[in-house]
Amino acid sequence: MSKLSEAFRNKTLTAFLTAGDPDINSTEDFVMQMVRAGVDIVEISIPFSDPIAENEVVQASTLRALKVGITIDNVFELVESLRKKTDVAIVFLTYLNPIFNYGYELFFQKCNKLGVEGVIIPDLPYEEKEEVQTFAQKYGVDVICILTVEPKERVRKIACCAGGFIYLISPFNSPTSKQEDLQNLKETIKEIKKVTNTPLVLGFGTPSSNDIKIAKELSQGLVVGSKIVRIIAQYGKNASEKIYEYVKTLKDAL
Amino acid sequence: MSNTKFGIYGGQYVPEILMSEIINLEKSYNKYKDDPKFTSELEFLLNSYAGRPSMLYFAKKMTENLGGAKVYLKREDLNHTGSHKINNVLGQALLAKYMGKKRLIAETGAGQHGVATATAAALLGLECEIFMGKEDTERQALNVYRMELLGAKVHPVVSGTMTLKDAVNEAMREWARSSKDTFYLLGSVMGPHPYPTMVRDFQSVISKEARKQILDIEGKLPNVVMACIGGGSNAIGMFYNFINDPDVNLIGVEAAGLGVETGKHAATMTCGRLGVFHGMKSIFCQDENGQISPVYSISAGLDYPGVGPEHAWLNSIGRAQYVSATDEQAVEAFEYLSRVEGIIPAIESSHALAYALKIVPKMRKDDVVIICLSGRGDKDVAAIARYKGEKLYE
Repeated sequence: MSKLSEAFRNKTLTAFLTAGDPDINSTEDFVMQMVRAGVDIVEISIPFSDPIAENEVVQASTLRALKVGITIDNVFELVESLRKKTDVAIVFLTYLNPIFNYGYELFFQKCNKLGVEGVIIPDLPYEEKEEVQTFAQKYGVDVICILTVEPKERVRKIACCAGGFIYLISPFNSPTSKQEDLQNLKETIKEIKKVTNTPLVLGFGTPSSNDIKIAKELSQGLVVGSKIVRIIAQYGKNASEKIYEYVKTLKDAL
Repeated sequence: MSNTKFGIYGGQYVPEILMSEIINLEKSYNKYKDDPKFTSELEFLLNSYAGRPSMLYFAKKMTENLGGAKVYLKREDLNHTGSHKINNVLGQALLAKYMGKKRLIAETGAGQHGVATATAAALLGLECEIFMGKEDTERQALNVYRMELLGAKVHPVVSGTMTLKDAVNEAMREWARSSKDTFYLLGSVMGPHPYPTMVRDFQSVISKEARKQILDIEGKLPNVVMACIGGGSNAIGMFYNFINDPDVNLIGVEAAGLGVETGKHAATMTCGRLGVFHGMKSIFCQDENGQISPVYSISAGLDYPGVGPEHAWLNSIGRAQYVSATDEQAVEAFEYLSRVEGIIPAIESSHALAYALKIVPKMRKDDVVIICLSGRGDKDVAAIARYKGEKLYE
């Protein structure tokens, strides 16, 4: 059984952070704090200069990591080191250009070797997926689908061939969500469940307690995006304890 | 879905959140591009508002002075707002209106595309917000004021390097947030499909006119057609209707900045590699890890780390040739045309002129060269004066 499917036996918590912000040793420490607090999936961002799908908090974090010279190989070394301490499920988030430049074959081969189970590529939509999919499949790595709530027809088309898990972007900005957004979200999830059994998680920048409740009720888990990046931006190398506390709070609430 | 690529170049490498709007844009463009009501309305705007057709001017003094081929200038500088940008802007703004959008957003570097977009928004009664790197808003304060005068809101972008590529990033983010009522009016033949094709179609009016004009005047096709190239919109507009004429050489001139060997340049085709960025697979200036490199040119309009996918394709099949000119060569050409022909060219267009100064003297006297004079140089006068060591501020 893969680490991902194992993680999805219960409601999962996925936590996001940027590799190398403020430095690679701190990232290793932060991941271990997340593990200690009970995180199920760690989503590690391999920094790219122009992350157009991310907000300014994440972009600033990416640029800090690039400033200290973080490369894909550094991130693989980080995972290699983590693998000596934990078998927590790990997925990468990065943009297509760094992977394309590294070489798809070598990239997915290394992911496989180090037990990185999935890769999220925000600028690789369904229409362009094929060039990557061939290599990802060869090495048993899932290219994780990102979905939005609309349009339903497109959601069905993409969801039916999704592997690993489905990352559904929350349609509302916490904490004040509109009732119709919630209704729409419920309908989308219903559509997804009609076509696939692949687990589905809901992603938020900084989830409110209501968001957590919604994620718990409607999906198999929660992704916390920029909040941990914000903690790291504020506390730098000294963020460990804050990260532990925050992840623990979320995990307890799930 | 139609083919989204030119060979291996192009495509739609954008976040999922933008995909349905991009598909909607493609459908709408295909619906209206041959619709007689749309095309006649656009033609009316181009002729009565933008001042088309633009002249094909025989540069007699320049020709005599260089002593080689006959030089013709395609005068896009005489369009309303002072450059070729208006051709594309009127097309897309009208499409936005047909699609029922209420608001235009656009990126801008030096501000030329921003000014053109703000102009079209004023004309067509649309709201307008322009994303411009904070550094550029400071360097081009006059254009910021122009856009505001035209009723647009200018949004200084403080992320990343605070220049054009970051303005594109921010405009894409804003589009993701507000695509229901907002149209993203991209300024060049770049970005995800359908932009490279759509912008090329709107700019192809340049070569459609030029081809007819030169046949009327000279009774034959030109030997060389040239244009400066950043993203590549005036170049593709100048090339397009000559692509199927195999004897016409197409030459794009990139910005070599301080020299391609210095690393301070924007010569994408000369120094870049295949990659994926801003929605397209194409050639980009990038470091060994695939991070997009900062670029430099004296010309803000050419200061972009990528090139449109159709150019990458024309280059790969050997149909067009891409060369470069430095800041210094461009400034020389800027002064040359001002003195010899009484035309102050944009510093962007001056790159094409600089390369022409090199090759025209070596050509035969009955050869014909057309250079796209993509914009007028009034906007550059203060910067060139400073480059020459004068203390002149706008």
